[in-house]
Amino acid sequence: MSIPLASQPQTGNKPPAATRMKKGFKQWMAVLPFIFLGVLGTAVFVVYPMIRNIIISFQDYSIMPNAENPFVGFENYISAFTDPNNKVLMAIRNTILNVIVTVPINWLLAIVFAVLINLHFVKYKLVFRTVYYLPIITSWIVVAFLFRFLFAGGEYGLINFIFYKVLGIFPEPVNFLSNYWTAMIVIWLFHIWKTVGWGVVIYLAGLQGISKEYYEAAQIDGASGIKQFWSITVPMLAPVTAFVIINLVNGAFNFFPQVYFITRGGPMDQTQTLPSLMYMQAFKNFNFGYASAVAVMMGITVFLVTYTQMKKFGNQKML
Amino acid sequence: MKTKWYLQLLVYAVIIMGALAFLFPFVYMILTSFIKSAYSLPRPKEIFSVVPNLDNYFLVWNKNNFARYFLNSSLVTVVSMVGSMLLGCLTAYGFARFQFPGKELLFRVFLLTTMIPGVINIIPQFLIIKNLGLVNTYWGLWLIYIGGGVVGSTFFLRGFFQSIPKEYEESVLIDGGGNWRIFWNIYLPQSLPAIGTLAVLSFQGTWEEYFTALVIIKDEAMRTLPIALLMFNDKYATNYGWVFAASIIALIPTVFLYVVFQKKFVQGGFNEGGVKG
Repeated sequence: MSIPLASQPQTGNKPPAATRMKKGFKQWMAVLPFIFLGVLGTAVFVVYPMIRNIIISFQDYSIMPNAENPFVGFENYISAFTDPNNKVLMAIRNTILNVIVTVPINWLLAIVFAVLINLHFVKYKLVFRTVYYLPIITSWIVVAFLFRFLFAGGEYGLINFIFYKVLGIFPEPVNFLSNYWTAMIVIWLFHIWKTVGWGVVIYLAGLQGISKEYYEAAQIDGASGIKQFWSITVPMLAPVTAFVIINLVNGAFNFFPQVYFITRGGPMDQTQTLPSLMYMQAFKNFNFGYASAVAVMMGITVFLVTYTQMKKFGNQKML
Repeated sequence: MKTKWYLQLLVYAVIIMGALAFLFPFVYMILTSFIKSAYSLPRPKEIFSVVPNLDNYFLVWNKNNFARYFLNSSLVTVVSMVGSMLLGCLTAYGFARFQFPGKELLFRVFLLTTMIPGVINIIPQFLIIKNLGLVNTYWGLWLIYIGGGVVGSTFFLRGFFQSIPKEYEESVLIDGGGNWRIFWNIYLPQSLPAIGTLAVLSFQGTWEEYFTALVIIKDEAMRTLPIALLMFNDKYATNYGWVFAASIIALIPTVFLYVVFQKKFVQGGFNEGGVKG
């Protein structure tokens, strides 16, 4: 951050420590009424919980009043990885799959739709934008109901109806949510359908920021439409792309409503991700220590991923 | 530049296909909401030939305290939205306009928390609310929603606040006004589109929030709409007419806000609902 200090002391000699203290105190008194509640709220409900998470992850924690909550070292972490059902390993695997499958598709659809909608001859741009954005403003729960309904087992779920009854592609009606891979596919489609519109809207905003002069100059030089796309549109959109990819990766890392509302982690905890596993272990099975260990591992991973991406893409403005 | 007609046709074909892919499920849902209490999966043929009516809507509104949950959610959402906006504006103003020792450090801590998913805080947040004796109260929800959302709204607003030229302040300073007057008379009015956008995002985030509300609220009468919806779905699982009528009622406030304000929207990220990063 480089904000020029309005009342910086003269170059050369620093003012004595007492003066600086006094000035700092005065500055704090001026700003405190504005930031006090915000900083307090963040300290109590964001920063402290992160620390408390780490502490609980080393405890055998019980929510009963007056429980002892003894420290057990790395036991929660060890049990996360030695559990015979491999719940955590499954969740990690699913998370990796979620990123690999959904991010490229989501990104490609977003940029293609945005570029096409932005073409000069396309009319009703605002209508298209609104329609593409509809899933974003719809709540996760409602869209989940909708997807469970469309992908319902038996021959009258719409997808089964089309692919089994009408087209005859499926040899029999598919019970989507009771098999691992079909359940994962529903979860991916659900996520992509729900979030593509966000990327489209961001890219549309980015495209509108590219000055028309570049294209006019390229036309004078006789560059074709495709050439213009690759040598003007794509490079000019690089910062937007970085922003979109970082958000898509983060979104795919944090599948929670996607899993919870579609499969509740089933069948047999196979489609769990780390957040859904953490939530259910804590508030269904009351395994707070174990759940916190999962939370800590997840927090560290997501932090490292986000941090390296931001470093890699150069300090992109995230918001 | 004139684009060939068949290319135009191709482009329109692709984006209209996309639009249909997004619209069709909604249409199918609305049509299903007209189906009268069928306790088995309605057939696609029935759905496409249904006569529009509002019977299911009146039915679910009066069933299972649905109206009450709608009001509960309105109360929870409006208070937490107003609180979030107030705290977000104040904090962003503090960071955008003031210099003070330790600002850089505080800013970095804020930034750090945005890189860690907020969902992992849910266990300790629940324990804090429990220690405060606020489980099963709306205060517990408000504290988490507002306290957990400050960082997001601060970053969102800070950029807009920083773009306000310093010269604007002079008129207030000449009149003898101080920092509060500058905040009220310059910064807030100048950033209304940003604040409005954030308010809509915050509204949507809180209105559909499920996981924290489920943990904090135990009393049946105090439940919010998302919890009620999910329980409604579990109870009448195969009565899709009712489930979707209830769902559509729950969607109306957010869709309405979005349609009214969409032209004034400024850009933000999709997973920053104003509530929890």
